Amino acid sequence: MRGISKAFRGVQALKGVDFTVRAGEIHALMGENGAGKSTLIKVLTGVHPRDGGEVLLAGQSVSPQAPREAEELGISTVYQEINLIPELSVAENIMLGRQPRRFGFIDWKELHTRARRALQRLEIEIDLHRSVSSCSLALQQMVAIARALDVNAKLLILDEPTSSLDEHEVAELFKVMRRLREQGLGLVFVTHFMDQVYAVSDSITVLRNGELVGEFKTAELPKIQLVGKMLGRELAAVEKVGDTMALGADAKTTGDAFLTAKQLGRKGGVEPLDLEIRKGEVIGLAGLLGSGRTETARLLFGADRKTSGSITLDGRATALSSPAKAIGSGIAFCSEDRKSEGIVPSLSVRENIILAMQAGRGILRLLPRRKQDELAAHYINALRIKTPSPETPIQNLSGGNQQKVLLARWLCLQPKLIILDEPTRGIDVGAKAEIEKLVDSLRREGMAILFISSELEEVVRASQRVLVLRDRKKVGELSGEQINEDRIMEMIATHE
Amino acid sequence: MKQIFTRKNLPILATTFVLVLLFGTFSVLFDNFLSLRVVTDLFASNAHVGVVAIGMTFVILSGGIDLSVGSVVGFTTIFVATLVGKHEVHPVLAILLALLVGSVFGAGMGIFIQVYQLPPFLVTLAGMFFARGMAFVVSKQSLEINHRFYSAVIDAGIPLTDKVILRAPACIFVAVFVVALVLAHFSRFGRNVYAVGGNAASSLLMGVPVGRTRIWIYTLSGFCAALGGVVFTFRTQAGNATNAFGLELDAIAAVVIGGTLLSGGVGYVAGTLMGVLIYGTILTGIRFYGNLDSSWQRMAIGALLLVFIVIQRLLTRAPAREASH
Amino acid sequence: MNSAPSTIISRFLQSRIVWPLAGLALLLLFNFVFDRAFFEVSTRDGNFYGPMLTVMRLSVVVMLLAMGMTLVIATGGVDLSVGSVMAIVGTLTAFLAVKHHLSFPSLLGVAISVSLAIGVFNGVLISCVGIQPIVVTLIMMVLGRGVALNITGGSPLQVVDSGVLFLGKSFIVGVPVQIFLVVLVFAITVILCRKTAIGLFVEAVGDNETASRLSGVNARGIKVLVYIFSAVCAALAALVSIGDAGSVDPDGLGQMLELDAITAVVVGGTVLTGGRFTLLGSLIGALLIQTLATTLIRQGMDSAYAPVPKALVILVVCLLQSQKFRAQIASLIGNFRKPTS
Repeated sequence: MRGISKAFRGVQALKGVDFTVRAGEIHALMGENGAGKSTLIKVLTGVHPRDGGEVLLAGQSVSPQAPREAEELGISTVYQEINLIPELSVAENIMLGRQPRRFGFIDWKELHTRARRALQRLEIEIDLHRSVSSCSLALQQMVAIARALDVNAKLLILDEPTSSLDEHEVAELFKVMRRLREQGLGLVFVTHFMDQVYAVSDSITVLRNGELVGEFKTAELPKIQLVGKMLGRELAAVEKVGDTMALGADAKTTGDAFLTAKQLGRKGGVEPLDLEIRKGEVIGLAGLLGSGRTETARLLFGADRKTSGSITLDGRATALSSPAKAIGSGIAFCSEDRKSEGIVPSLSVRENIILAMQAGRGILRLLPRRKQDELAAHYINALRIKTPSPETPIQNLSGGNQQKVLLARWLCLQPKLIILDEPTRGIDVGAKAEIEKLVDSLRREGMAILFISSELEEVVRASQRVLVLRDRKKVGELSGEQINEDRIMEMIATHE
Repeated sequence: MKQIFTRKNLPILATTFVLVLLFGTFSVLFDNFLSLRVVTDLFASNAHVGVVAIGMTFVILSGGIDLSVGSVVGFTTIFVATLVGKHEVHPVLAILLALLVGSVFGAGMGIFIQVYQLPPFLVTLAGMFFARGMAFVVSKQSLEINHRFYSAVIDAGIPLTDKVILRAPACIFVAVFVVALVLAHFSRFGRNVYAVGGNAASSLLMGVPVGRTRIWIYTLSGFCAALGGVVFTFRTQAGNATNAFGLELDAIAAVVIGGTLLSGGVGYVAGTLMGVLIYGTILTGIRFYGNLDSSWQRMAIGALLLVFIVIQRLLTRAPAREASH
Repeated sequence: MNSAPSTIISRFLQSRIVWPLAGLALLLLFNFVFDRAFFEVSTRDGNFYGPMLTVMRLSVVVMLLAMGMTLVIATGGVDLSVGSVMAIVGTLTAFLAVKHHLSFPSLLGVAISVSLAIGVFNGVLISCVGIQPIVVTLIMMVLGRGVALNITGGSPLQVVDSGVLFLGKSFIVGVPVQIFLVVLVFAITVILCRKTAIGLFVEAVGDNETASRLSGVNARGIKVLVYIFSAVCAALAALVSIGDAGSVDPDGLGQMLELDAITAVVVGGTVLTGGRFTLLGSLIGALLIQTLATTLIRQGMDSAYAPVPKALVILVVCLLQSQKFRAQIASLIGNFRKPTS
């Protein structure tokens, strides 16, 4: 691929990116959220038409218009959310849409032979008659790969294939990937797991903000440099002093512990970890995407059941078995998935603000309308929410303003602990700064805050202590003057 | 073939078990119940429900629903009766026309559902009102069908023994069943139906022609409903716009008892056959009992539905938990 | 900034009841031009009669059902069992009045408690066991009809209770009692929804259940509540219906009315996927469908054909809500404009 550009509604998602995959190599494609990985893949597979540049396949210029066409050209993709039909058998899923027929009827015997052959190429054995839904996610992945390879694939794109697999399953997948590499296929491996990239890939392309950072030989690029390139900071560049100190440093974290979690964990979510959050303190959770940050937050909020450990609030053991109970105990949670877990789209800004408060009061004691209007007006003013009126449906607001409305929803409860999961994602710079300032002023008022962000700079600026997670494990904790981006990156990259 | 007793097959196994149990109980309770004649009667007198339910099976397998079938049955009976009785059209031609009208009607609903992405529930609800209204437009009076062809069809049948004959409606039911079985399991269309119902978004990415399949499914259901209407006229030798009121719900019930999930993607045409037979067996049993009214049938069907649904729910919930960790 | 009157107008234009209201107005206008007699009101024994009053009277049962159905649909569900609930309640009350001479208050008590029980059954299976609403209420529909038939063995009954007959047949200040009842139920429902948090929670759960739960809303409880409410509405509809008819047919009472109620709600502007709802819209929807039928019948259409216009109304409403259809219409209008300009 050369000089690929793609813009959505005026936002440049890709800016003249070059990307080369050679036959017989595993090529990792890396970058943080919004770096342009998925856009690049979608342009390659014909989901999105490109605005500029060209795609060369074995020297020939191609431009697939649909995933189907890309497959026929030999470009196959296995998406993160595995696209299979759960209730159909393994064999059928591999052959769906291209079943062999005799006299117009499906030839099941031939179908099974061909499906078996496709699986043999991966050197794995699965009972062909099993329904896909009864297979583990790892096996489903294999089925999806077998299906993709049944066509005369030259290039196989694996989009986040390991995000829901355990260590052993990942190893199996890697074996298959290496086998395919030996067969002369080119593989693109999109992931955010550092160790996996080093375990399996030959070369790495890093994207950031829609631009190519560079292509590197995996063997020649130290981990720490890779982290630096993904996050866009060079290690040596010491710009931190100024603004790092500006907000967090004067803090005296003398508050008592509000929440203490011991060996808190959830099977398949996060491995047991200890955590203490004190009043008047911002704790940062740092780690790459998928490192277990959100999972930890959901456990603390009771949105997921914990499978191990205990939580004490203000010194008393608490179950926190549901969001309602967590809210009752003074915990608030701003989800990273604003759209599906945060806003109630067609309700007004006012209704979205008072929703949690009303839920706490129950059905009968409706917050008087005057009080609702006051609250809405107060927060619209205090958080500078840009909305034509408190009665505007929240779906008409920009992302940043939606986020502020959600913050208002929690702030009006005056919680003791607020968990902010990626509160600044997808919102403009001005709103980001406002939210950071707000976090600091809340802390000064004595609130405990758990702050999760992919942007290390933000975490460093806001937090008095930082918990570093990697691959669903807590790998370390920094506090006070230890906190700086280099240290965090180091921990993400090297800790074993 | 190896694994018959899988979780997926449990609903249909339960259905089979209930059918055998019901039939066995009635056979013990009543003399003459366990006879070939009762079995053939079971097929003959429930043929119209069966044919409609088989069409409905495809719709439900695809994750949709078709509320219009009862009205289409009613429309077809009066349509055929009017053509034959008032316009002296030959019954064969009238029947073919009715089948065409039913199919086109189904296709129309399919197009609305697919092209404008409308909810099947509402579109087929409109279809239900429309077809019922049009039936009255054709004729408000009940109309008898007197034609040599009809007498011939009614006398026709496949003799199984010298006393027992598989009547024409039963033959049609069996034939439709066999064709549907082949269609569901040995044609790309059939497998696409399962795929669309299992996960429409994935199907699209896997290259299944989702839109075309959906439109064909509703066409098929419309065709089956019209055929059900034709079978109905064979039994009653008359057409009436009010015929088959609420039949769509009986058909849906038969499909669900047959182990097909209303959420789509899981189920068997064979299950629907069992569902219809359970439905018919209860009816026959109540008739044998003599002094029980039809309220018992509805309550029995309702209770059975409840038990089946709760079992299905428990079965489908367990693996979902595993998957989501 | 908009001045106050224009914001009120623009808010009205954006509200959901504009379309059904416009449809209703159009029908009335049609009648005003072509069939002035439609608006005639005569008095007999001090009671008002006339086509308009007949339309209202004929819509009452569907209106009552539609109010319950509106809340159910607003949570993203559907209740197919209301017709059967009517059959059970209607048959049971008539039966108890005939056989055991129960008084009206105790009949009312029986009606309410039976419907409560059915509502709890529906609601618990839907929200706690997690079965689709359409399946649960379909089961209840089949089961309930059987129970209703079983009470009398299927044979019709006379309605003898004076209280029930009063609900269905009498007039207060010349206006049918039924209409007062609808207004009363409507007022109570609106107060329940808008003066407590029920309305907000129903809309929140229907619009985004996950977000509501994460905000601490008891989504399950809300769902059980709306199915209970729907069943109670059906019980009231049953009393009105049998009072009006003076007799009960367990087989026919409420038959298919669930679908009429759904139609009224959808036509009234509440979408089937849940979220924002409008009770007034549903009432207007019920009235619109009945007015359309009556108008067409007065214009010479056979009353048996009434389902056809109903079908067309549903289809038009669906299409108006379809993104694709709107886009097509917009481009069509665009194409028309281009050559002329």
